Amino acid sequence: MSTFVLLTITGLGLGAMYFLIASGLSLIYGLMGVLNFAHGALITVGAYATWWMSTKIDGSAGIKLLVGAVFGLAVGAVVAMLIELVLIRPLYRRPVEQVLVTVGLALVLNALVEAIWGFDARPFPVPSWMIDTTSVLGASIPNDRFVEIAAAAVVLAGLNGFLRFTRFGLIIRAGVENRAMVTALGIDVRKAFTLVFAIGGALAALAGVLSGVYYGVVDPGRGTSLLIFAFIVVVIGGFGSIGGTAVAAVAVGLIQQYANYYASSGLGDLAVVLLLAIVLLLKPEGLAPKVAH
Amino acid sequence: MALIRVDDLHVHLGESHVLQGVSFEVPEGGVTALLGRNGVGKTTTLRAMMGLVPRRGTVALAGEELTRLRTHAIVRRGIGYVPEDRDVFAGLSVEENLRLAERGPKPRYELVYELFPELKVRGAQKAGTLSGGQQQMVAIARALLNDNPVLLVDEPTKGLAPLLVTEVAAALERAAELTTVLLVEQNLAVVARVAQQVVVLDMGKVVHSGPAAELLGDPEKVRALLGVHGGSH
Repeated sequence: MSTFVLLTITGLGLGAMYFLIASGLSLIYGLMGVLNFAHGALITVGAYATWWMSTKIDGSAGIKLLVGAVFGLAVGAVVAMLIELVLIRPLYRRPVEQVLVTVGLALVLNALVEAIWGFDARPFPVPSWMIDTTSVLGASIPNDRFVEIAAAAVVLAGLNGFLRFTRFGLIIRAGVENRAMVTALGIDVRKAFTLVFAIGGALAALAGVLSGVYYGVVDPGRGTSLLIFAFIVVVIGGFGSIGGTAVAAVAVGLIQQYANYYASSGLGDLAVVLLLAIVLLLKPEGLAPKVAH
Repeated sequence: MALIRVDDLHVHLGESHVLQGVSFEVPEGGVTALLGRNGVGKTTTLRAMMGLVPRRGTVALAGEELTRLRTHAIVRRGIGYVPEDRDVFAGLSVEENLRLAERGPKPRYELVYELFPELKVRGAQKAGTLSGGQQQMVAIARALLNDNPVLLVDEPTKGLAPLLVTEVAAALERAAELTTVLLVEQNLAVVARVAQQVVVLDMGKVVHSGPAAELLGDPEKVRALLGVHGGSH
């Protein structure tokens, strides 16, 4: 029982990170039709920006993490905005060029991080209370798992509130359905594009921060490895659907953990791909397609 | 005096040269109907005027050139658009569809609910669950919510039951008291009821323009230009 609880909460923690990455990807594709392969690099940039800032300030690990995370999220948002404004905007309606640019940008950003800080993993500032464990139904759960789950829950609630109760949220929800008609109502949908990119960048950076806490280190390949599963989550959840993304992220995180433990170590990734294949066969449009709810 | 002047408008969609130099004028006030057989470029003309398809040529509103502007800026100059397929946002409620269309400080909800009282009752209902007629009301209401000098309305009665056709025609008449309407419409009875001027397209070009009553009163001309038995029926 205690193993099952540990696997479940760890799976939820992993799912939380997938959700943070995938929600930005999903909104960006749902609204703009852009497959942002540079999204993984934003995870890495966010994590490294957090780590870098933490080395520049004095204080406890908690203070370093908090200040570093605020800086990392801001860097993630600003870099994402610049990507949209400088590289993506001139290429709307040219999907092949967009893919090439975002793939190239991912390679460049990763190479830049490696060139500046090297290939070695860097220790992440993690407060001791996050490394400590809490007993849940007999299982000793590292506290960082609860932080990851809580962060994703807050983001989910915040995104839903933003989409439901603000004018920008209304524009994004409508734009996911039919962006040409949004412009035909006199709305400059490009402002929403930039905002969604910034939100996606900040969330990717947050995932980078939490992955640093989860693994205790940050390394240049972090973003790429997480991005693959985030794309799977987006496809399963349905492009443009925050609710579908959340459900899919939890499913992928849990299945990975259960399969790795109960079947065989390493089978978790295969099980996720199998889940993707099943969803594509039975519901090719994903669980909740094209509605930003 | 012409409020809208369309001059030498060309649109290529893929290999097809859909509009081949369309030129016409829309006088201020009332309804001008854009007519023609299926596939002659009526909808493409409206979409080109809105900047929704790549085009060449000029479109001017009260002397101001619009073709260099993007779609949202054209709308902000005061051109409301009701698309052929209604294009309501299915996942949004009726109230949200209308709220999205608000531009100025004083959206005309009183006018909209006077014309379509049903929309007030169904404010919380998802637009995707409405009937075709109700969706058409939402589409027209979105355009009427703002004080637009011009409305481009594309086949508003298409696929509607006769009772709803009458209701939509009445709404168009009311709209025409407040603004200038350029209407694409296949139903000649509706055209006869609401339009004062007509422009007829064929093969991507304007082949006739003039008073609506003159064309619709001449069944031979209607048959020749529109390929249907017509007249004021």
